[in-house]
Amino acid sequence: MSNPYAKLPGWAEYGLIPLINLIVAFLVAGLVVLLVGENPLNAAYHMINGAFGRGEYIGFTLYYATTFIFTGLSVAVAFHAGLFNIGSEGQAYIGGIGVALACLWLDRIAPWYVVFPLAILGSAFFGALWAFLPGWLQARRGSHIVITTIMFNFIASSVMIYLLTRVLKPMGSMAPQTRTFAEGGQLPKLDWLLSIFGMNIGTAPFNISFLLALLAAFGVWVLIWRTRFGYEMRTMGHSPGAARYAGISEARITIIVMMLSGALAGMMALNPIMGEQFRMQLDFVQGAGFVGIAVALMGRSHPAGIIPAAILFGMLYQGGAEIAFEMPAISRDMIVIIQGLVILFAGALENMFRPAISRLLARRRSSSLAPQPQNSGA
Amino acid sequence: MDLYHTLIVLLESTIRVSVPLILAALAGLFTERAGVFDIGLEGKMLGAAFAAGAVAGVTQSAFLGLGAGVLVSIALSLVHGYASITQRGNQIVSGVAINFVVAGATVILGEAWFRQGGRTPALSETGRFQVINLPFADAVREVPILGPIYSNILSGQFALTYLAFAMVPFSWWVLYRTRFGLRLRAVGENPAAVDTAGISVIWLRYRAVICCGILCGLAGAYLSLAMTAGFVKGMTAGKGYIALAALIFAKWRPVPVMFACLLFGFLDAFAIRMQGTPLPVIGQVPVQLMQALPYILTVILLAGFIGKATPPKAGGIPYVKER
Amino acid sequence: MHGTAIELKGIEKSFGSVRANRNINLAVQKGTIHGIIGENGAGKSTLMSILYGFYQADSGEILVDGKPVTIRDTNAAIGHGIGMVHQHFMLVENFTVLENIMLGAEDSQILNTSISKARAELKRLEREYALEVNPDALIEDLPVGLQQRVEILKSLYRKADILILDEPTGVLTPPEADHLFRILGRLRDEGKTVILITHKLREIMAITDNVSVMRRGEMVATRKTSETSVEELAELMVGRRVLLRVDKTPAVPGAVKMTVANLTVRDSRGVTMVDNVSLTLRAGEIVGIAGVAGNGQSELLEAMSGIRKAASGTVSLNGSTVDVTGVADPAELRKRGLAHVPEDRHHVGLVLKFEESENFILGYHRDQRYLNGPFLNVDAIRKDAADKISQYDIRPADTRLKTANFSGGNQQKIVLAREMERNPDVLIIGQPTRGVDVGAIEFIHRRIVEMRDAGKAVLLVSVELDEIRALSDRILVMFAGRVVGERSSDATEQELGLLMAGVEADQSPKERTAP
Repeated sequence: MSNPYAKLPGWAEYGLIPLINLIVAFLVAGLVVLLVGENPLNAAYHMINGAFGRGEYIGFTLYYATTFIFTGLSVAVAFHAGLFNIGSEGQAYIGGIGVALACLWLDRIAPWYVVFPLAILGSAFFGALWAFLPGWLQARRGSHIVITTIMFNFIASSVMIYLLTRVLKPMGSMAPQTRTFAEGGQLPKLDWLLSIFGMNIGTAPFNISFLLALLAAFGVWVLIWRTRFGYEMRTMGHSPGAARYAGISEARITIIVMMLSGALAGMMALNPIMGEQFRMQLDFVQGAGFVGIAVALMGRSHPAGIIPAAILFGMLYQGGAEIAFEMPAISRDMIVIIQGLVILFAGALENMFRPAISRLLARRRSSSLAPQPQNSGA
Repeated sequence: MDLYHTLIVLLESTIRVSVPLILAALAGLFTERAGVFDIGLEGKMLGAAFAAGAVAGVTQSAFLGLGAGVLVSIALSLVHGYASITQRGNQIVSGVAINFVVAGATVILGEAWFRQGGRTPALSETGRFQVINLPFADAVREVPILGPIYSNILSGQFALTYLAFAMVPFSWWVLYRTRFGLRLRAVGENPAAVDTAGISVIWLRYRAVICCGILCGLAGAYLSLAMTAGFVKGMTAGKGYIALAALIFAKWRPVPVMFACLLFGFLDAFAIRMQGTPLPVIGQVPVQLMQALPYILTVILLAGFIGKATPPKAGGIPYVKER
Repeated sequence: MHGTAIELKGIEKSFGSVRANRNINLAVQKGTIHGIIGENGAGKSTLMSILYGFYQADSGEILVDGKPVTIRDTNAAIGHGIGMVHQHFMLVENFTVLENIMLGAEDSQILNTSISKARAELKRLEREYALEVNPDALIEDLPVGLQQRVEILKSLYRKADILILDEPTGVLTPPEADHLFRILGRLRDEGKTVILITHKLREIMAITDNVSVMRRGEMVATRKTSETSVEELAELMVGRRVLLRVDKTPAVPGAVKMTVANLTVRDSRGVTMVDNVSLTLRAGEIVGIAGVAGNGQSELLEAMSGIRKAASGTVSLNGSTVDVTGVADPAELRKRGLAHVPEDRHHVGLVLKFEESENFILGYHRDQRYLNGPFLNVDAIRKDAADKISQYDIRPADTRLKTANFSGGNQQKIVLAREMERNPDVLIIGQPTRGVDVGAIEFIHRRIVEMRDAGKAVLLVSVELDEIRALSDRILVMFAGRVVGERSSDATEQELGLLMAGVEADQSPKERTAP
């Protein structure tokens, strides 16, 4: 039987197809804008201008991108082992506990560079902890990880409401949030990075955790393609039978990968808590865990794809705010639609345009081969 | 007598909150037994609630609203069907996508069309469903014990409530006593067997997905036309996921689905009712624990500590004819 | 009973560049059992799938009862009275027999009436064809033979006059196969037409009236079974007269390398698959395990290589015992000198989505020479792959090509190169040449003998009796999970065949065939 999804050249597989899927997602989003009675081209202009028009805007865009790199990596790591972690949202939420504890403990007595490493460890620890249970349940009890992680998102939400309204809230305060951190709990901005390019960061909370995110992306690449453990998890992701044959423990990989995934999700909490709000608030994750699914799908689970995909979503978030300002009919919920459409077209419908593209490429290749068969590099 | 009164009130609200759960969980039952996993129940319900609220708000006709809700929900189901049946995409991913698209679109469109902060226009008497009072409901209210049960629980419910409970045996009958049900269950277990028996796997699964759309549509319309008078943004508030949990908790069987939904509905009603009130023996229970309990119970079930939940064998796997 | 039940004229079918069926002409007489024989990949199954509406022919004509028909889908085939028993049963496991039989042939929207009609019809079919089965039993509780019976009943219930069976004995024990043949005979006597697809000559000779031979997509001959011979059919199948012969010197067995004592393996349902098996492997000999597929060979291999946990028994390798009942660990066995070429290279032996070089370290990825601490030494891995590629002539010679893009023979060479070049003490091999082209078969057989000559202990499991006989120095026969006999390499095919059929050596063949 001929393969319905015939092999495409790398540039088409990793460049053209995601691009087409993305364009279609945006076209459909444009339809929604039309339905609302606004001009989609205007919206696009405001979005791009709002995301990149000024140094400050770029700062915001990259601030959001930082968050999405973490959650995108979280989802992608699990994908490579054949696991679908929908729980990044909850893991990031719980990861906040680690950040908050480190800050509340040391912010008044230690500088940020002492608190930050502890907060990293804390966020990764709590995120990993929250992913450990679904991982363990999958590995030892065969509970479907998609369902358990969904359930754990809701449980996380209840846990955090409880903690923020009863435990972590300062005495006498009504708002469900921790106290504001002193200087030790505030991360330095990356204003110098933008000023290299002659831009002014303004009020944008673009901070040092962006560099941590890039480091994490590199670390994930090394982990997946350059370590023994990465080899083992990819083997399991592609072929559980081969993993068993090679003496790779499925349970061990599942649990460790889930914890890694949870740790990456948890580290997302550093960015909003220590980088922007300087306190832990209710619902600070704001769906970033779910954006991670879209980012991982867009980026084909490869760090080199995840970073641009995260920036794209950063653009949507920042530019979306600008659209909302300029076009009151279009609130920031537009981003949620686009996010859903990207997940739909880059994820569930990823193969929709593939047959047409491979036909097109095959035709082009045969016609370009015909006149000059010697020279063609294809 | 006071305790009894509290109990009656509690049961009354249990039923109110259980109805959308039952309808949505039965919706999930139809697709998942056919081998199409659906975590997009939430989105379909929300989309239906919005469409129902919007159309009823404009026309002030509850029935037109209901129709619109069902249609939108079916349309969303067909998107899920197209992605997971025709395009053989990942069913989880497709469900997640639909949830997001709907969550965003209902707010954007609602705000654009009605400018009431994501609400649809308030509904008049004709625009929403009215409760149905059974004969003598008022007369027997004072009869001890049985009186309140009749007047407050059996009587005074919405037509959709009676329909939801009637759907439980009806779904059972369809699944286990009709040709369609036999084939639907077969395609969720072994689609190749269905295919070689000369039945179209694709069409069968599409029909299951449409059934899911209809029921989700009813669930959504109930939210915006019966339970409240109009649509409020994000009004499903995770009910689709609770329904999914109930479906798993019930091990994909219709009658247990109803009991699981009633249990989860009861926990919800109980949490609201008992907020801040200390319970005997255990003392004060945080409301968050009560709210998380359905999810915790489902996880415990999934862990195999209380029975084993085995999903339909072909669930989540797109059918590829192979030889 | 005269005339043709099925006639195929000029059937063509291609998949991409592969011509699976080329200008096929075939006439099947009514009321006969017609065998279609050919090697794996000869195009038999494709042809029957066209007849059953699973595929559409690119061109050609199908006649049923002399009338031209178009079979657009399975439904049309059923409508023309064609039924098919697939190699892998098409049954819903948690349905009852009755529900499975009804599925797709219910006669009303509501089941109640269908159920009672089906029950009555089933009773009638049972009586008519002696096909008794409990209609209310769940499929998953039935043994394989009965499940196959349900498949046959399904076709008969749909009023099939023409019954196609695709490799029906592959999963059956010999008594079950005998029973099946009696059923088929009975069906023929009742006027049904049976098409039997198989690659086993013995079955063709035993039961068919006519036989057609396919070779590489073409129908090369049709004969009356009574007027042909095994030798002629074999020659037609292969195209030239090849006797599978491997040049080798007599074995010089050395020290004991591996012993298996009283090994018992159960499957996930608790059914005993390997029953108290003991065997010894010595350096410098090839021990072959013959048997019909599904008699415990696969499970034995898996338990010996640590993939599957054994229920009881001991295994010792190079003099030290290995705990195969506790935590089964293939990595540990590998470290102690065991190499394993698994039966299923697509799902076990290889990761098809990996680059070729990555598959050369599967199972050996903990080896220090491929690592720098916890990191992979990619240069060393690719270098090692390139060496093996040239040594085993694997084509195309591209270490970074995805493994899925290699042919079956080249994929098998990847596995063999990986396992043999480890210089193991014991090599266990399952189905070394399944789905492998003829050229590669010779190469693989030669390498196996070379391993023996280099002093390795080799255990060979194959369902191809010819392969076992050609390569082994000692032959064990497995039946129903037990080793039922041991023979030297010069045992006759008939002798081994009886053992494989579960007939004790002292029993005469006559007793077996008597009904």
